[in-house]
Amino acid sequence: MSFTIAHLKRGQKGIIKNVFMNDVPLKLLEMGCLPGNEVELVQTAPFRDPMYLNIHGCHLAIRKETALLIEIDLI
Amino acid sequence: MEKHINVALIGNPNTGKTSVFNALTGLRQQVGNYPGITVEKKEGICKLSRGSKAHILDLPGTYSLNASSLDENIVIELLLNKNDKDYPDVAVVVSDVENLKRNLLLFTQIKDLEIPTILVINMADRMKKKGITLDVTKLEEKLKTKVALVSARQGSGIEELKELILNYKNISTEPCLKASVMDLEYFERLRKVFPNQSLYKLWLVITQDINFGNVNRQSLNKNPDFQMKSNNDLKRLQQKETILRYQFINGLLKSVMTVDLNKATDFRIKLDRILTHKVWGYLIFFSIMLIIFQAIYNWSTYPMDLIDGSFATLSEWVKNSLPAGPFNNLVAEGIIPGLSGVVIFIPQIAFLFLFISILEESGYMSRVVFLMDRIMRRFGLSGKSVVPLVSGTACAIPAVMATRNIENWKERLITILVIPFTTCAARLPVYLIIIALVIPDSTFLGFNLQGLTLMLFYILGFGIAIFSAWVLNQVLDIKSKSYFVVEMPNYKLPMLKNLALNVIEKTKSFVLGAGKIIMAISIILWVLASYGPGDEFENAEEIIASQHMGDLPDAELEQEIASHKLKYSYIGIVGRGIEPLVTPLGYDWKIGIAIVSSFAAREVFVGTLATIYSVGSDEEETIKKRMAGEENPVLGGPLFNFASGISLLLFYAFAMQCMSTLAVVKKETNSWKWPILQLVIMSGFAYFVALIAFQSLK
Repeated sequence: MSFTIAHLKRGQKGIIKNVFMNDVPLKLLEMGCLPGNEVELVQTAPFRDPMYLNIHGCHLAIRKETALLIEIDLI
Repeated sequence: MEKHINVALIGNPNTGKTSVFNALTGLRQQVGNYPGITVEKKEGICKLSRGSKAHILDLPGTYSLNASSLDENIVIELLLNKNDKDYPDVAVVVSDVENLKRNLLLFTQIKDLEIPTILVINMADRMKKKGITLDVTKLEEKLKTKVALVSARQGSGIEELKELILNYKNISTEPCLKASVMDLEYFERLRKVFPNQSLYKLWLVITQDINFGNVNRQSLNKNPDFQMKSNNDLKRLQQKETILRYQFINGLLKSVMTVDLNKATDFRIKLDRILTHKVWGYLIFFSIMLIIFQAIYNWSTYPMDLIDGSFATLSEWVKNSLPAGPFNNLVAEGIIPGLSGVVIFIPQIAFLFLFISILEESGYMSRVVFLMDRIMRRFGLSGKSVVPLVSGTACAIPAVMATRNIENWKERLITILVIPFTTCAARLPVYLIIIALVIPDSTFLGFNLQGLTLMLFYILGFGIAIFSAWVLNQVLDIKSKSYFVVEMPNYKLPMLKNLALNVIEKTKSFVLGAGKIIMAISIILWVLASYGPGDEFENAEEIIASQHMGDLPDAELEQEIASHKLKYSYIGIVGRGIEPLVTPLGYDWKIGIAIVSSFAAREVFVGTLATIYSVGSDEEETIKKRMAGEENPVLGGPLFNFASGISLLLFYAFAMQCMSTLAVVKKETNSWKWPILQLVIMSGFAYFVALIAFQSLK
């Protein structure tokens, strides 16, 4: 299984490698969740859901099911 | 009439678009609804120089032209429809200097519609602090537009923006990006079939399934020369569009903007480590809720007492100064108390919305959504349902209005439907008097039993609300996209002007909307209680006088007459008519009447019983004594015992008895279906539970 945003630890960063476009809402892409951009896991709610991210300077929260659809490379 | 310049104000949420709108229009603004839907339509007039005026339409906040909510659809529909009377002469896109990259995505889309578009860069006062420098001239040149650096907070740049609006004809309508580069071949065919249309507009019609002019998706589809792409292909192209636009924006910003990272300390992240923490986050949130709830409860008591007192005085004055007769009674006993019933809600509504707008303006609300989403999702609610549900403990009316920011229609509807189960302030007087009558004033494990019972009923209200949300989630078959992307904006100090305008607007919408219905219902109830058919009502004075033969003091005689009149009034007839229905619950016809009149507002219960038992004063102790002395006509023994008391408490806890709430639900859902469903199901459930309670406890 590949490494996704859902696998990040708090404070860890990664570079977005691949976004499963068909199931990820377009809105997320519009907010900067695109391959090549940096992502950091800022905070998680209990049960690691939702997840609070800093994607390329844009602070947003998504549910874990969506985070699993965004593959990254750790840095 | 001179022609106003039509301006559409567009922008991402959290860019301070509303502040810019308020700065441009001040109090010359009004809020309505778009026909047929509950999305708010905010518009205002802005005075420009040389006597010109601009009509400013504040469109709902949107991240892009690819709509995913009702609010966002409005934006596209307006921008595509040249025949709409609000079609803009000029579009003003508001952006936040710290999120310029993301904000420019929307700007480039609007620009491609070939409408003159001005770019407002708001919060310019923060540039220095954040170490941001911008080459505005170069930015204007590359975006083929005019840029206004604005700080709505400090009021700077607004005059320059007004000048730009006035001279909108000088702004180029040339697009930034050629939509055709997404798929050259496809757009080439599009161009051949529709030679006179803007390509980007056609593209939006294809992907959004909306119409402009005589072009719609069907007509495109039917055209034999043109092959529609599959939905998956279209989505892929939309993604390609987003990526292309970002490439353009990234290249652009690299050449016009520099950020000194040393200065850009992120206050937000530090604060969020605490405010969204797994333990502290929740503790802080519940403390804030507690404070708000207490404040609404305590602070609004003073203005509410004042309103109550003033209207009572006014009513008294009218009664004494107008000539006696039906008109006097209508005004003094029907219209003025009805009006009072509307105005009395204003303090609670104003306070609640003051707090909600502080939470929203400061950016904290997004954190609440983040903290609560997982828990609420299990019950078919959203993180955004928390505040309305808690507000419901003050009053369901503002709480229902507070659901407006839940984008998902199903989650919003469920929230609206379950709010009336939470224990609102109007139930409190009823609870207090009945608990005092049937629960012993003793202690249990060191707690006062009466206090414990009261708390139990608050918990019960919440529990049933959550439970019914879960049931509704299983039952309601509403398809709505359940994506969840919540922006966590920067923390900001709320602006007083925005808070004030928001509170005024929400209060006004309550008074004009629900107020009318509350007023009408109270007048109807008054008429029913003050008129009756036949001799028993008409000749109440003689009947009572002959019964007592002058052995009663005048004041008591008057009360006896009033009580007799009520018994034979139309509402009394209704009360006695429903007696067989309420007997199994342990009530008599008098409680029946009190329940019926509670439909104006629950707290009327106590007052009605006061009139029926001819106590004459609202003094609680006196009413209580009188109630304790009542006997059950069927079973004998005291009417208010443990069984009937609990049954009555449960009935009030669950029944949908508030006409005002029904009126607001009608307004918010735009249909009578949901309030009627609420009325029938909640009241039916209340009856059933009260029946079981009385029959098993008696």
